Amino acid sequence: MELLSGADMVVRSLADEGVEYIYGYPGGALLHVYDAIFRQKAVTHILVRHEQAATHMADGYARATGKPGVALVTSGPGATNTITGIATAYMDSIPMVVISGQVPSGFIGTDMFQEVDMVGISRPIVKHSFLVKKAEDIPEVIRKAFHLAQTGRPGPVVVDIPKDITDLTKKYEYKYPEKVKIRSYNPPAKGHNGQIRKAVELLMKARRPVIYAGGGVVLGQASKLLTELARKLDVPVTNTLNGLGSFPGSDRQFVGMLGMHGSYCANKTMHQSDLILAVGARFDDRVTNNTEKFCPDAKIIHIDIDPASISKNVVADIPIVGPVDAVLENMLSQLDEYQGSQDNAARAEWWASVDSWREKGLFTYEKADDILKPQQVIESLYQVTKGDAFVTTDVGQHQMFAAQHYRFNKPNRWISSGGLGTMGYGLPAAMGIKLSFPEEQVACVTGEGSIQMNIQELSTCLQYDLHLKVININNQALGMVRQWQDMQYDSRYSHSYMESLPDFVKLAESYGHIGIRVTRPEELLPAMEKAFSLEDRLVFMDIQVDPNEHVYPMQIKDGGMCDLWLSKTERT
Amino acid sequence: MRRIISVLVENEPGALSRIVGLFSQRNYNIETLTVAPTEDETLSRLTVTTSGNPQVIEQITKQLNKLIDVVKLVDLTEGHHVERELMLIKVRASGPLRAEVKRTADIFRGQIVDVTSSVYTIQLAGTQDKLDGFIAAIGQTQVLEVVRSGTTGIARGEKVLCL
Repeated sequence: MELLSGADMVVRSLADEGVEYIYGYPGGALLHVYDAIFRQKAVTHILVRHEQAATHMADGYARATGKPGVALVTSGPGATNTITGIATAYMDSIPMVVISGQVPSGFIGTDMFQEVDMVGISRPIVKHSFLVKKAEDIPEVIRKAFHLAQTGRPGPVVVDIPKDITDLTKKYEYKYPEKVKIRSYNPPAKGHNGQIRKAVELLMKARRPVIYAGGGVVLGQASKLLTELARKLDVPVTNTLNGLGSFPGSDRQFVGMLGMHGSYCANKTMHQSDLILAVGARFDDRVTNNTEKFCPDAKIIHIDIDPASISKNVVADIPIVGPVDAVLENMLSQLDEYQGSQDNAARAEWWASVDSWREKGLFTYEKADDILKPQQVIESLYQVTKGDAFVTTDVGQHQMFAAQHYRFNKPNRWISSGGLGTMGYGLPAAMGIKLSFPEEQVACVTGEGSIQMNIQELSTCLQYDLHLKVININNQALGMVRQWQDMQYDSRYSHSYMESLPDFVKLAESYGHIGIRVTRPEELLPAMEKAFSLEDRLVFMDIQVDPNEHVYPMQIKDGGMCDLWLSKTERT
Repeated sequence: MRRIISVLVENEPGALSRIVGLFSQRNYNIETLTVAPTEDETLSRLTVTTSGNPQVIEQITKQLNKLIDVVKLVDLTEGHHVERELMLIKVRASGPLRAEVKRTADIFRGQIVDVTSSVYTIQLAGTQDKLDGFIAAIGQTQVLEVVRSGTTGIARGEKVLCL
């Protein structure tokens, strides 16, 4: 059997796990491990400029590929800098393994230089965590970490490794376990047959059904099955923010995103429905608005792999715990065998209502001659990339405009921090994707507020030739904050205006990239085309837009799903 | 509604902090908590009493079950069960009250486990109610110190919580 040091076992275990990239930043507690990285070729290490970016890169990679992303950071500040990224992954159930260095075992608890209780600090935002006690345990712990991160409801797992355990001079027998068993962890492999039968019966009898599909469909790789089911049942489909792309966005049955900034049609369809089939969605407050007024006539079928997600916010009539793909497959085969048929007249009437709500357009805005509207930027991006780009975003108005106006026909293309709402997510996430999909178009839609939270990563982009496009929708304000201040605080713009913005074009150039400034509506399309034609360069587009634009529709606080502001003056 | 949840957890460092952390993180109540290793040294058994409406209790058990270190759990209050709490109470016992304290302890089937000329230390086991009752019953006596273990419990009959 092969003899390896602890440090070499860490890196070999990652290689044997099939890891292609690790995103990280070295430091004292990790020096042995970085030496082991230097002496091998199987795993490629990407040096970020801030550890938060390492976790977001891992996250972007995971969302685009479906495989767990890996970040490697040193103890103390290296570890604490990953917290936002871990929380981001936790809230959106993204598979991720974060390996952190730790001070030597004998010094834990002595407030040693760069010591922090990483397992303690990360505890509420991880699926699980490990503090490695012995070098011999490294392969098994790493195998367990990957197993936990990517099975069941996925999530981030932290592995904290004290420095003495990675000592290069001590060698141990190395064998990477193929399988690990964790006696208390048995995620469901299929849904309950009887529950699915009941669900099928309800679906066939419903007069006004709707499918509400979330990020779980993307994570569970069940988009095809969902689409097949929706077609078979001929029902309207809406997506949550994280579910975008799980059902084709340009399909006739698609009624747009739902929720706080969802379409009137999607929210109205939900509100008027008599049956909601919720698939891999969690009835988040940004969807339901006031749960007491939530969809009064609807029975609810809820499919989720996490039993704790079911009946947490809204009580389900038919809970189905299981992996989305297995449940949908079972549902499809039970539908085929079902004796009886749907009420076609009722369905035609339902579609007539849905189509009438759609008539106004799912997402509308008014253009102006002399100033660009942020929505135009997304439309132009959609046009130039033919709807086929990976789109990452930061958080705020630009994120909602992107979700509303870019129509995703494939899963894993919409990459956005939905649950935690992390500004600074977009650029590193786009980097993680571009690295793995160098031939694909990757756009980071951002704002001048968000981009400055991780702008140092432009340097990483230069080092690794990450030729993504940054679409900076610059309204010189923290737009979403400003919107709320307009709507609820009589336009008292408390700290939502950004003075002293950098010259983003020069900034991009100083990082070795190309900057393009767009100020007028007629310049937009040619500039966008130019940016995407420069395939071997990172292009930073600084696009000046109307600072007074709001995101609509917007749910009215404490109302039902379809109580909406449709514009500054018009409400339902 | 008061609930007694009994949990088998991996006897690993950090397991307890994950459970306690879950309660504070999700704004659940912990009224009492007891924990000790079991006859299987890889497992600890933890008993927590909590309160909440049925929806909250359902979330508590589901969220606990999600913790990787939690092997199995049962809500004892869902069925017939025996529950006990241990109390050690130190009271002033001098003058005419000395005999009175002894009598009350006997009525409650308490044992005097330590004695000085002016102080009794009494050991008492029972339900929370009984222990509360004892404290109320010796109301005139000066209570110097009370230590309670928190509730622990076990299901009646054939039902067992094990692997």
